[in-house]
Amino acid sequence: MFIRDCVMFSIAATAAAATMAQGYGIGKKATDKEIAGWNIDIAPDGKGLPAGSGNVALGKEIYDQKCAACHGAKGEGTPADELVGGAGSLKTKPVRTIGSFWPYATTVYDYVYRSMPYTNPQSLTANETYAVTAYLLHLNGIVGADAVMDASSLPKVQMPNRAGFFVLGGTDTANRACTAECK
Amino acid sequence: MSEPFASTRRKFLARTGALGITAGTASPPLAQTAQPPNVPEWMRAPGEPVLWRKYGLPSEFEQNVVRRFNPTRRMKVPGEGPSYTPLQDLHGTITPSGLVFERHHSGIPNIDPAQHRLMVHGLVKQPMVFSIEDLARFPSVSRIYFLECSGNTNTEYRAPVAKSVQESHGLFSNCEWTGVMLSTILEQVGLQPDAHWILAEGADAAAMTRSVPIAKCLDDAMLVYTQNGEALRPEQGYPLRLLLPGWEGNMSIKWLRRIKVASEPFMTREETSKYTDLMPDGRSRQFSFVMEAKSVITFPSAGHKLKERGFYEISGLAWSGSGRISRVHVSIDGGRNWREAQIQEPILSRAAVRFSLPWRWEGGEAILQSRVIDETGYVQPTRQQIISVRGTGPWFYHNNAIQSWKVSPSGEITNVHT
Repeated sequence: MFIRDCVMFSIAATAAAATMAQGYGIGKKATDKEIAGWNIDIAPDGKGLPAGSGNVALGKEIYDQKCAACHGAKGEGTPADELVGGAGSLKTKPVRTIGSFWPYATTVYDYVYRSMPYTNPQSLTANETYAVTAYLLHLNGIVGADAVMDASSLPKVQMPNRAGFFVLGGTDTANRACTAECK
Repeated sequence: MSEPFASTRRKFLARTGALGITAGTASPPLAQTAQPPNVPEWMRAPGEPVLWRKYGLPSEFEQNVVRRFNPTRRMKVPGEGPSYTPLQDLHGTITPSGLVFERHHSGIPNIDPAQHRLMVHGLVKQPMVFSIEDLARFPSVSRIYFLECSGNTNTEYRAPVAKSVQESHGLFSNCEWTGVMLSTILEQVGLQPDAHWILAEGADAAAMTRSVPIAKCLDDAMLVYTQNGEALRPEQGYPLRLLLPGWEGNMSIKWLRRIKVASEPFMTREETSKYTDLMPDGRSRQFSFVMEAKSVITFPSAGHKLKERGFYEISGLAWSGSGRISRVHVSIDGGRNWREAQIQEPILSRAAVRFSLPWRWEGGEAILQSRVIDETGYVQPTRQQIISVRGTGPWFYHNNAIQSWKVSPSGEITNVHT
């Protein structure tokens, strides 16, 4: 009985191993066309940025029409986040905006395209998204009024708080398990 | 013939309000007709029929046990913001699916599971698309894990403003999750050698994205389609969410539609301008993923009232994103002396435990605190210890400070700092 159980187990284990070796074979291969339709992320080095370009003037037009109602006429915020200002405030009374806080300009493009305008995300064209990005950077004094953003220029924009982040990789607080007459 | 049950029940409800230990004011006496020696009305006629409700609901007398907004938090636009789990009304460790806290960034999408797809691409050997049916065919695992928003307790670092443990700690829930290990899927598509991060993307209108290190993906990360035995609720990511045990809740991307494998993090808005911890020197801690050990007393807590002297069981929840809980201590004198609480089994990694301590209230003032120690030896810190390192914000994630509840001689419980 014991030997038969062992043999049966062995057969079952072999069958499982053979099944795994073949892979699950579940799902279907993604086509290039499928990937292109969903692959909207922009990496900090600019990878993923599409063809096209946009300037500050067009960005202002789009912003006034589609963004200002929530973010304020000049990006001052309320009801939604402020987008402009706060330069140099992080050590004192922090105001975190694109200009004072965001480390990468590419993130502005990525976020505006995927999530904005709030009521109609992924509706802006590449040119429009570049333009809004250019305008927001200009409102923060990071690029000039004549700036044009495209796949080449946007990753090169130096954000003021680019060096303002660190990774701790562990805990930064400590306590001890005192149980009697603790301070 | 007695009157219909529903009508009786409505009158009963109108007289008594919701039952339970939640009310801060004394409950009116129960209807005398229901108490001994009288026979209650609900014994004198058959009740509601079988399948009265095809999907069960709590008793009408529990309608006070609901998720709520936090009145101290401004809602920016509709569909954006959190709701809080009523921890003061719950027992045990499992959070009922309908009471699990919410945090949405652009509303709750209504997703047809037959149309939903997960795409896995980037630095993989074979980019793939999976349907929900596909994912359910893979070997499944069921595990209990907590989920905590890293903004939980963020109203409390300067002043004790929360009026209840729901407001102070209610961005916390604990559920059984079922799904396929992410490692199983990544093995199937095959990782390229320089695969160090993934981008996880939701199918909500925010297309929410976070970067996750590959080590976590190959360790205990899950793609879950089930919560507490049934399909995920829409608010929790139906039909598919990423679950990263013990890590800040925002990373457990709901409505998951895409995983892109890459060599570097993507520096999304959510991991740069949000979910980073601004320090007093003006620099910000980034990728602070782990929700460190934390505990809170849920009974008695702010808003409860002790109506008479005598025995009470102090009870609460403890958890750690670093592993298992080792011990929980409870103080009734504001942290001067501590006693070891009893921890109820099972003690699971990155899951909530229920702790308790028997207590006799003699009518005096008391300040109740709990303090957890996890298996790494980490001891839950005080608020002062956290502030000494991180300052007071104004933005503050990862507040896992010891919480204080003050019991007044009248039995009122309030939220205080010591």
